[in-house]
Amino acid sequence: MGFLDYAPAPESTSILHLKTSYGLFIDGEFVDGSGSGFDTISPATEKKVAEIATATPADVDRAVAAARRAFEKTWSKMPGADRGKYLFRIARLVQERARELSVAESLDNGKPIKESRDVDIPLVAAWFFYYAGWADKLDYAGLGSSPRALGVAAQVIPWNFPLLMLAWKIAPALAAGNTVVIKPAETTSLSALIFAEILQQADLPKGVVNIVTGAGETGATLVRHTDVNKVAFTGSTAVGREIAKAVAGTGKKVTLELGGKAANIVFDDAPMEQAIEGIVNGIFFNQGHVCCAGSRLLVQENVHDDVVARLKERLSTLRLGDPLDKNTDIGAINSREQLDRITALSKIGEDEGAERWSAPCEIPANGFWYAPTIFTGVQTSSTIAREEIFGPVLSVLTFRTPAEAIAKANNTPYGLSAGIWSDKGSKILAVADKLRAGVIWANTFNRFDPASPFGGYKESGYGREGGRHGLAAYLQGASK
Amino acid sequence: MTRLSIPKTYKLAIGGAFPRSESGRTYEVLTPKGAFLANAALASRKDARDAVVAARSAHAGWAGATAYNRGQVLYRIAELLEGRREQFVEEIRSSEGASAAAAAKQIDAAIDAWVWYAGWADKYSQVAGSGNPVAGPFFNLSVPEPTGVVVTIAPQGVAGGSLLGFVAAVAPALVAGNTVVAIADFTRPLSAISLAEVLATSDVPGGVVNVLTGSPAEIAPWLAAHADVNALDLTGAGDLDWVDLEIAAADTLKRVISPEPGIPALTLGRILAFTETKTVWHTKALI
Amino acid sequence: MDATSLAPAERAVKMLGGDLTEKSLRLHLEGLSGVDAVGLEARAAGLGTRSIKTTSKAWALDKIITLIDLTTLEGADTPGKVRSLVSKAITPDATDPSTPRVAAVCVYGDMVGTAVEALGDLHGDPDDGKISVAAVATAFPSGRASLRVKLADTEDAVAAGADEIDMVIDRGAFLAGNYGKVFEEIVAVKEACRRADGSYASLKVILETGELNTYDNVRRASWLSILAGGDFIKTSTGKVQPAATLPVTLLMLQIVQEWHRLTGQKVGVKPAGGIRASKDAIKYLVTVAETAGEEWLQPHLFRFGASTLLNDVLMQRQKMTTGRYSGPDYVTVD
Repeated sequence: MGFLDYAPAPESTSILHLKTSYGLFIDGEFVDGSGSGFDTISPATEKKVAEIATATPADVDRAVAAARRAFEKTWSKMPGADRGKYLFRIARLVQERARELSVAESLDNGKPIKESRDVDIPLVAAWFFYYAGWADKLDYAGLGSSPRALGVAAQVIPWNFPLLMLAWKIAPALAAGNTVVIKPAETTSLSALIFAEILQQADLPKGVVNIVTGAGETGATLVRHTDVNKVAFTGSTAVGREIAKAVAGTGKKVTLELGGKAANIVFDDAPMEQAIEGIVNGIFFNQGHVCCAGSRLLVQENVHDDVVARLKERLSTLRLGDPLDKNTDIGAINSREQLDRITALSKIGEDEGAERWSAPCEIPANGFWYAPTIFTGVQTSSTIAREEIFGPVLSVLTFRTPAEAIAKANNTPYGLSAGIWSDKGSKILAVADKLRAGVIWANTFNRFDPASPFGGYKESGYGREGGRHGLAAYLQGASK
Repeated sequence: MTRLSIPKTYKLAIGGAFPRSESGRTYEVLTPKGAFLANAALASRKDARDAVVAARSAHAGWAGATAYNRGQVLYRIAELLEGRREQFVEEIRSSEGASAAAAAKQIDAAIDAWVWYAGWADKYSQVAGSGNPVAGPFFNLSVPEPTGVVVTIAPQGVAGGSLLGFVAAVAPALVAGNTVVAIADFTRPLSAISLAEVLATSDVPGGVVNVLTGSPAEIAPWLAAHADVNALDLTGAGDLDWVDLEIAAADTLKRVISPEPGIPALTLGRILAFTETKTVWHTKALI
Repeated sequence: MDATSLAPAERAVKMLGGDLTEKSLRLHLEGLSGVDAVGLEARAAGLGTRSIKTTSKAWALDKIITLIDLTTLEGADTPGKVRSLVSKAITPDATDPSTPRVAAVCVYGDMVGTAVEALGDLHGDPDDGKISVAAVATAFPSGRASLRVKLADTEDAVAAGADEIDMVIDRGAFLAGNYGKVFEEIVAVKEACRRADGSYASLKVILETGELNTYDNVRRASWLSILAGGDFIKTSTGKVQPAATLPVTLLMLQIVQEWHRLTGQKVGVKPAGGIRASKDAIKYLVTVAETAGEEWLQPHLFRFGASTLLNDVLMQRQKMTTGRYSGPDYVTVD
């Protein structure tokens, strides 16, 4: 036992007051779902956390009807300043209950508590705070004077940042004067339902936010509902494509935040220690369950061996285990299904001849885990260089010149994000210009801010979330 | 004795060249009263494919030109049109059956549309971009960039719009640096092809605007489904099975403008419809 | 001037080749990769969030004590003050005999004799459970004196029995780009650390990172100090703000780690100045363990230059033993 075997430092779950089962949140109240409920488990232990309701099409109807009533009778008529005040209240309540929300998030999602505590939940509060201030300033959103809300927004969010994605969706929608029906991911509904309690504490008018839980079918019903005016989805490109087809011809305004296969480009003149950290943060943050993850490392060939050696050294210090332990770096994979996908794609990587290296960490007996893994000798034609793995698996490729780096980085149907590491400003700016991706991080990676627009090119989706752009996505010009 | 005139052969405009359809097909362009005007090329799916290749090849150069340069190039189109006003008046009169005054009004409006959009080239990103005050030591800037290759179905059969409709649909896509494959008005394609000839003699690089004449119903599905097309402007597709086109476009998540009746208004929104906001983060530190 | 040959310090010759000149040194230092301050500071902040509890905390507190250079560097230092310091070094907490001893006492050169005498039999290698005497030298803290004075300062301290010399680099020369001058001084001081029996006092090279200002400068100065033969690289004199910070210490640990990767040699790191709380010192231990490695947590590879830190650690230690919070009246004023 050395010092590095830090004694357990678990965050206490006593702050949680979970119910044994959660209903749907419709028209300001928790109501039973009509479908048969399902268990949400902790992916770190596979133990049940609570029972979650399934919303049937009839439940979705009720939720949309509630949202429509709230839109017409209350929310669209309320002065923007008052809408803003509700959002400010929510931001403060999230801050007050931050620890509880962090614990719930890590318990239900499997992400390390240090991430939910230091990244997810603070950003949730920041998102509401940012958009709260927009609510009475819509004339400055870039759509001319007196833009109008769209109406009812149908929002479907993923399991990787459960409450943060909820905030990304709800905060701008409400600021712009829309009402919302949102569906959390099947495996991570818990924090959304605690958030519903926060809405009650904030005394948000009933029906302004409605939360329907369930599997993909519930989400499909919601986005196809004829009485919604806006669809916002974050998730896989495959599902996004289906949604885009389903809403074709309906005139619904759509925002899609989909998959990615981001290139993280490391030049030989990079600030190397920070680049190593950036690579680690780029792909192992949140177990790699990040659509903008830097999953393709493009490293200049003359520093490849050094970078890979340092990377392995660094990865060997990562701590995998109990998400609630404050020293955990790598938590649990969110679900067995996702673990199977990661395992299968890694197997393909090996079969296609890439060289695999996994960090030597002890894997707990229960729960879903995957050791941080890097593949070297990956070619642009390799499956693991093209398909989104959505897990802690990094594919390492090389390049010789900036032009080749750009060509390889852009050689994907995706275009969500990219990273550039160099100490040379002119090169960074020129490369950033030529990368076909919506978010470029230079000498940093995986940074998010409510003031900063986020979203993809090409098959990574369309529309932006964050900033003024994210607000405009929930508005229409007065002339229309 | 009057001089025997020389009728013009109207061809496709692909990659700066004016080929006939690879299919060898043509169709008759008639006046509203049914008189023969010309044989236009009836573009095939392979012509459409070639046009996409040309547009893709031209994209990097056009998008990479300075905004000032793009603005001047677009303005130059207006200058050249001004000089060939009479030709367009004649074409519009014959193909639309319009009065000389109406035709003149249309060409004037088309010229003015180019001028209006040309002026946006070095401004739209200032209006649509943002410097973002993020909570950390980062420079953070969002700017719109061109989406890529845009397929435009120009307004079809709109009164007073055989040229103006085409310009109002195509010009905004060019402002940001997109390249375009446009399907001209099926029944009145002549001024679109003549416009392409103007473009070829202006400073617009070959392949930036590619014009197909022919049946939108035949070609559009191929273009809507084409994986190397980034965006689909269905402004003139109201009479087609446009929902199917949108569904086909969804396969590669193309950006889509749904059909609109009439001649599109000149708006910043049409420029921004085919742009992507790129946000760049960079660390900031003194030490 | 660039072609001026430099003293053939062993490490530098091995790293740069035999023809060591001002120019070859400059090119070498300029070729080091840059440091991005934002990333470095974010990494340090991340390491600072480690939660060290129960048995790990108990271990860490004792470890911190064994790594302290208990320091007094006042113009008003007297033999009495130094004897008091030594007494504290030997017996940090008289109420708890299990309390370990510090690694060294650190004093001005003229106080070395007093310290050696006060330590008596306990004067020796901290690896053997004894206490070293470290002396600041080379016209500490400013370093503004001739080389002759600096060497005499060093030789006096070594002759008086100093085991370790904490020298300052010539920051003015460094900032003016005279890397060769800085290098030659370190080489010369190292040679002045040589005792009559051929052994050497350990040499800690103080960079005064607060004056070097940028992380890129710290990297170059660290690398230069190692090339010139420094056994330790040390952040600060304690007389300039900012003194030790976690990011700058992290950077220096990354540099010794890189040196180790390249040469197999281990160079020590000493943050000094401004580390007053156990909580902060624990962050440094975490940073050492997770970057250079756990084996760096021993007196000949890592030190804290501190004075008030010891009492805070003792109070934390008492809290862990008794279960109640302690107060300043339960530790000694020295």
